[in-house]
Amino acid sequence: MADTYTQMVNSNLGRSVARKLGLPQPAVLRRYKSGQPLVTGPVVVVGDTPGADKLAAELLSWDLDVRRHAVPAEKLAAIILVLDELEHPAELERPVLAAAGSLRDLQPCGRLITLSRPAAEASSPHAAAARQGVDGFLRSLAKELRAGATGNGVLLGNGTATTSPSVLGAVRFFLSARSAFVDGQFLSVSTEDGALPPDPDRPLAGKVAVVTGAARGIGAEIARTLHRDGATLVLVDIPAAGDQLASVANEVRGTALQLDITGADAGQRIIDHAVQRHGRLDIVVHNAGVTRDKLMANMDQARWNLVININIAAQLRINEALLASEYFRSTPRIVSVASTSGIAGNRGQTNYAASKGGVMGMVRATAPLLATAGGTINAVAPGFIETDMTARIPFAVREVARRLNSLQQGGMPSDVAETIAFLASDAAGGINGQVLRVCGQNLVGA
Amino acid sequence: MSIDGQTTPAPEEPAAAAVPATRRAVIVGGNRIPFARAGGAYAKSSNQDMLTAALDGLIARFGLQDERIGQVAAGAVLKHSRDFNLTREAVLGSALSAETPVYDLQQACATGLETVVGLANKIKLGQIESGIAGGVDSASDAPVVVSEGLREVILDLHRARTLPQRLQILSRLRPKDLAPLAPGTAEPRTGLTMGEHQALTTAQWKISREAQDELALNSHHNLAAAYESGFFDDLMTPYRGLTRDANLRADTSMEKLASLKPVFGRNLGADATMTAGNSTPLTDGASTVLLASDEWADARDLPKLAAVVDAEAAAVDFVHGKDGLLMAPVFAVPRLLGRQGLTLADFDYFEIHEAFAATVLSTLAAWEDEDFGRTRLGLEGAFGSIDRTRLNVNGSSLAAGHPFAATGGRIVGTLAKMLHAKAASAGRPARGLVSVCAAGGQGVVAILESL
Repeated sequence: MADTYTQMVNSNLGRSVARKLGLPQPAVLRRYKSGQPLVTGPVVVVGDTPGADKLAAELLSWDLDVRRHAVPAEKLAAIILVLDELEHPAELERPVLAAAGSLRDLQPCGRLITLSRPAAEASSPHAAAARQGVDGFLRSLAKELRAGATGNGVLLGNGTATTSPSVLGAVRFFLSARSAFVDGQFLSVSTEDGALPPDPDRPLAGKVAVVTGAARGIGAEIARTLHRDGATLVLVDIPAAGDQLASVANEVRGTALQLDITGADAGQRIIDHAVQRHGRLDIVVHNAGVTRDKLMANMDQARWNLVININIAAQLRINEALLASEYFRSTPRIVSVASTSGIAGNRGQTNYAASKGGVMGMVRATAPLLATAGGTINAVAPGFIETDMTARIPFAVREVARRLNSLQQGGMPSDVAETIAFLASDAAGGINGQVLRVCGQNLVGA
Repeated sequence: MSIDGQTTPAPEEPAAAAVPATRRAVIVGGNRIPFARAGGAYAKSSNQDMLTAALDGLIARFGLQDERIGQVAAGAVLKHSRDFNLTREAVLGSALSAETPVYDLQQACATGLETVVGLANKIKLGQIESGIAGGVDSASDAPVVVSEGLREVILDLHRARTLPQRLQILSRLRPKDLAPLAPGTAEPRTGLTMGEHQALTTAQWKISREAQDELALNSHHNLAAAYESGFFDDLMTPYRGLTRDANLRADTSMEKLASLKPVFGRNLGADATMTAGNSTPLTDGASTVLLASDEWADARDLPKLAAVVDAEAAAVDFVHGKDGLLMAPVFAVPRLLGRQGLTLADFDYFEIHEAFAATVLSTLAAWEDEDFGRTRLGLEGAFGSIDRTRLNVNGSSLAAGHPFAATGGRIVGTLAKMLHAKAASAGRPARGLVSVCAAGGQGVVAILESL
C-alpha cells in the first residue's frame, strides 16, 4: 500500500495540485504478484555486439516482444543497453544516444538496464575509463527517469557472457516488478554458475530456507515471499516473539523455531532442526536485527553490545556452524540484511551502522569460503522501508527521509524480500560477495 | 488378610478373547501458553481463544498446517454451556485441517491427563495415527449461572402460548431469583471446598507448615531455573504479552512464605498450615500435547520424546471420610506399578501435581506409612518412598499455576522432554511417573518412558 501522500498525488486533483506547486510526484510502483507477466510491452535491446545479439535471442525465447531498434512513439517496457565490449569512452555515444531517443517512450514503471564490465578488470586505461563511465552514466540517468521507472546495471566479470545464467537472472530480476524499489544499482556477476528455474513462478521449489527474525516486519515478509516462490521454511525468532512467529509459520506452512540467535549453539540448533524436519538446508537469511539509537556521546555498553551481538556477532557465529556442516554443501545460499546506514552513516546509529558495516565486510570475506561449495553469500542494504519501526520516526523527519530518493517514496518490506528471494535462488548462483541496495536510489551515501 | 482398601488381584487365568495386537504411542512434543493468574493477562480471553492459541503454537512448532489429525481431545472444567463443542470450535479456528475430528472431555483436574491416556490408547489400538491432547481453563471467564427459580421461569415462558399464561408465569418470580449464582469449588456432597478438604487430609497426615512452604519454594525455584536455562523455549508460545507464567515468584523465600496467613483449615486454629503460598491460585491457561504412532511421526520426520506406557485411574470415598478428597493417586500408583512390575525406585522423575503442597506431601506420607501399606494397599508394608531430588524438578503447579484441565498437558509435555534429555545424557532409557488428583475424589496416573 502506497503512503498517504503517494496516494494523494496519484488522484486527479492531487496530481494537478502537486504539479502546480512543484511538489514531489511519487508513482505507485508496479509490484510482483504470482503469475504476473515479466513485462507488459516491448523490450528494446540496444547494442551491436555479439553479446547483444545473443541476449536479444535469449529474451525472444522467453516470448518477450524484443526490438533491436525502437519504433518511434511505441511505448516500451524496457530498454537494455548492451555495452559489453567498450574499449574507449568515445564508444559510449552511439548506443547511449540511441537509447536517449526512446526514453520518452518508456512506460510508467519501465526499466532501463545496462550490461557492462567492471572497470577494475579492464586491461587498459581507455577501457577502464569507458567502463567506469557507464557507472556515472547509469546512476545519473536513473535519477532522470520518472513515473516509477528504474535504471540498474549488470556488471559482467571477465569471461562471463551476456547469456550466462546469473546475467540472465539479474536481467530478469531488474526487468520484473520484483525489483520495484531497486534503482541506480549495479550487480556484479563473477562466474558462469547458476541456472534459470524451470518454473519462473516458483524459483525456490524444493529448497529449505531458514529466516531469522521472522516474527514480524521485513522478516515475516521475507517468509511470505520465499514461501510464494516455493521454499519450505524454518522460521526463527526469540521465544518472547513466539506467538507472532507461530502465526507467520502457520500462514506460510513452515515450522517455528523459538531461539535466541545470540546463543552459542544457535547455528547447530538451526541446522539440527532443518535437517531433522526437512532433511536438508539450502538457504539461510540473516534478517534478525535491532536498533538501539543513541548519540555516541550518550552511548552505553548495553546498547552498544546488544546491537553488535545480535546484528553481526550472531551472524558470524551461525555462519561458522553452517560452513562446518555437511548439510550445507549443496549450492548453499546465505543472504544477510545490511542497511544503507552501514554505507552512508546515520546520526544516532553508530552502533547499528557499525554492525551493518560489519555485515557487508563479513559477506565479502565469506564469499570465497562458500564458493568452494558452489555456494554464495550476499547482502541487501535496505534504505527507507515502510515498517512499524520507521512508522515511529517523527512525522517531519520521516516525510523527508521517505522522499530523499529517486522514486520519492519509501520502499515496502516486500521489496527487500523480493531481492533476498532473488539472491537466494539458483538464478543468482554467479553472484557472490555482493551488497545490493534496496533504497530507491537514496540520495545519500550513493 | 482382608483389605479394606483398593487392590487389583492379578488375573487368575489369561483372557480367553483375542486381544488385538497393540503398538506404541509416542509423544512428539507439547505446547502451552504461559499460565496467567485469574483476572490477569487473560481476563478477557475465553477458553476457546486460549485453546486455539495453544493449538496454533503446536501446529507452528511441528508444521502441522492443514494436517488432518486422527483426533483431538481436550476439555475444560469451568465450561460455558455454549462451549458444548469447545474443542471442535478451537480446531476450526486453528490452522489444522477442518476435517479433524475431536471430542470434548471433562474429568475435573485430570481432564488433561485423561485426554493423553485416551488418545494414546486409540493410537495403541491402531484406531488413529495421530492425536492432540489438551486442556484449557479460565477462572476469569467463568460461567455465571442464573438461579434455579429464574431458570424454570425462563423455560416455562418459552413454552407458554398466551399472554395470560406468560403473566402468570412471570408472577412467580421473586427478587432473590434474580441474583446470579457465582461459581464455587465446593464439593456438592460435602459442601467443603477443595482447600478445606485438603486441610483435613493435611491434619490427618500431620504435614507441617514448614514442609509445605519448602515444597512451594522448590517449585518456584525449579520453575525459575527452567526458564533461565531456556527449557521452555520449545514447550511454550507466548500469549497476550505473557512470556512466562505470571504466578512464578523467582525471588520468593522461606521467610516470605512463612509470613503468609493460613487460608484453609482455619477452624484448626494454630494448627492451620495451608496458605496462599503453598496452595495453587486460580489460573487461566491452555496446554496441548502431540501424540502419534511411530509410523506417523517418522513419515513426517518429527521428534519422538517419550512413549505413553500405561495409566490408571482411581477414586476414593471422601464423602464418608474414608480417604481425603485428593488421595486417589495414592491408590492408583501402587496398582499401576504392580501391573507393570515396577517400584518407585525405577523412576527417574516424578511429576506429582501440586494442587496444594500438602497434597503431594500427604501422598508421599501415605506411601511411606507401614500401616497404610498393609491395611489399605494390601502390601507387606509401606509402598515406598521417592528420591525427592527427582520430584517436580522443573517446577509444578504451585509456581506455574493450575488452570485445571491444562495441567495434565503441561506435565506430560514437560516430562516427555525431560525423559528424552535424560536418556540422551545417561545413555539408557529413562522413566517418569505422572500423578494428578482431581475433584470428586478422583485421580489419574501414568507412566512415560523415554525414546
